[in-house]
Amino acid sequence: MQNLGIIFRRELTGYFATPLAYVFIVIFLITNGIFTFDLGGFYARGQADLIPFFSFHPWLYLFMVPAIAMALWADERKTGTIELLLTLPIRLSEAVLGKFLAAWALTGLALLLTFPIWITVNHLGDPDNGVIAAGYIGSWFMAGAYLAIGSCMSACTRNSVIAFILTVSVCFLFVIMGSPILLGAFPDWMPQAIVDAVAALGFLTHFDSITRGVLDIRDVLYFSVFIAAWLLASAIVIEIKKAN
Amino acid sequence: MIEIKNLTRKFDQVVAVDDLSFDVREGEVLGFLGPNGAGKSTTMKVITGFLSPSSGSVTIAGFDIGGRPLEAKSLIGYLPEGAPSYGDMSTLAFLRFIARIRGYRGQQAEDRIAAVMRDVALESVAHQTIETLSKGFKRRVGLAQAILHDPKVLILDEPTDGLDPNQKNQVRELIRNLAKDKIVIISTHILEEVTAVCTRAIIIDRGKIVADGAPGELEARSRYHQAVEVRLSSEIDLAAELAGVAQIAGVERGHSGSASFTILSRGEPIFAQVSELAQRRQWPVEEFHVRRGQLEDVFRTVTQSAAGQ
Repeated sequence: MQNLGIIFRRELTGYFATPLAYVFIVIFLITNGIFTFDLGGFYARGQADLIPFFSFHPWLYLFMVPAIAMALWADERKTGTIELLLTLPIRLSEAVLGKFLAAWALTGLALLLTFPIWITVNHLGDPDNGVIAAGYIGSWFMAGAYLAIGSCMSACTRNSVIAFILTVSVCFLFVIMGSPILLGAFPDWMPQAIVDAVAALGFLTHFDSITRGVLDIRDVLYFSVFIAAWLLASAIVIEIKKAN
Repeated sequence: MIEIKNLTRKFDQVVAVDDLSFDVREGEVLGFLGPNGAGKSTTMKVITGFLSPSSGSVTIAGFDIGGRPLEAKSLIGYLPEGAPSYGDMSTLAFLRFIARIRGYRGQQAEDRIAAVMRDVALESVAHQTIETLSKGFKRRVGLAQAILHDPKVLILDEPTDGLDPNQKNQVRELIRNLAKDKIVIISTHILEEVTAVCTRAIIIDRGKIVADGAPGELEARSRYHQAVEVRLSSEIDLAAELAGVAQIAGVERGHSGSASFTILSRGEPIFAQVSELAQRRQWPVEEFHVRRGQLEDVFRTVTQSAAGQ
């Protein structure tokens, strides 16, 4: 567990040693502002909640999170540091988890820095801060799910641009799984159980219920299991691919 | 002690390392030689636990690299091919990261880092970002992380590649000093390096050992071992002159165009006989010396004959 912390710290300081972390945070905040106030009609709705803010997150993450995740393993392979890292006396699981947690902490930090929006909504009205807290937690877990996919995709290739594109594609699939776009495309004769099962695998089904203030343990569990599964897949892919 | 038993590593259908077995003991500096693609790096990657063997086993001081990887890896210091390190970190930050992973904390870590930075002369670039360093410095950063925990087993994949002659000498000196109670395995294709630092050399080709012995022993296998080189001021028929001497295997003409010849021995010293003959027959000798067997000749012979099969 000590090694996990050491790797986590190295990765996190690595983000701030280059402009990456700053660029990510600044762009994240600007885009969030545009989405919420401009496109989301924050003022026009006349309601003191952060629904417009959160409802854009699945789409915002689709581009922002893969940008963080793409380098996780692809760069280690490209520069050869993977050989250094995996011949140190650490477990592969510590490396996979440490890198993931550092990237997740960065998205968490970016999310926390959106607090002016929360202050604004509290200043303008009397929102249900419990619902907002649930929204933040849900959004962070969803970012973790994107990152876990990104970790696995990044392990598949030594080219981080390919990793980016793969991650965007797979994440997009999981976003639309729960959306009417895909569900409406199923033919009528398809049993409802299958349609429901597909919807249950998508991000939106779980995220929407969290942002509406229902912090159901099953939705949190969904994201946790989802993250664990993709991280496990990452470890397996790294083990298989490190030879070439 | 490192024990390698029947080690085989395949990539898809290609056999990179083919049923390799050897032991390395404390105090040995093993030079690992072979043409490009012979399986040197692959063998090192398996020994250090980066790749798992397709079959066979590697044990480091009794710990199987597959079964007890953490114990085995903590005994090893490894410089991978190309000396990779995290380019966005400073030299000091990178070595601090390695020190923490290796279990050093606080002042003890700082002392160890200071000591290795002194050993490989990195003090001047302690605060510089690694990606801005020259190739020689990067290589030394890689060496520093490998020796930081004073490992029992040191595995260096081409440690002097990209260094200038002075730095090469420093690194060889360092390896000689480190080697006393350690196991050192060096892969290289600079053959003079083997003669300079190694106590033993293994030549592999297509994943198999084709020669194994002390550098001196291997040199003795050269066809030029004990050969005598002469340069004459005018042409004489040297082959005919030497026809009667039993210990002489043959005469080769030199490449330089002038009347220079290499007189090959059958293994025994022939210097005395040839010199005596030269005086008696009054050869017009300009230069006369005994050649040492060259590792390069042996290398070429064993790797080419294996390729011809």
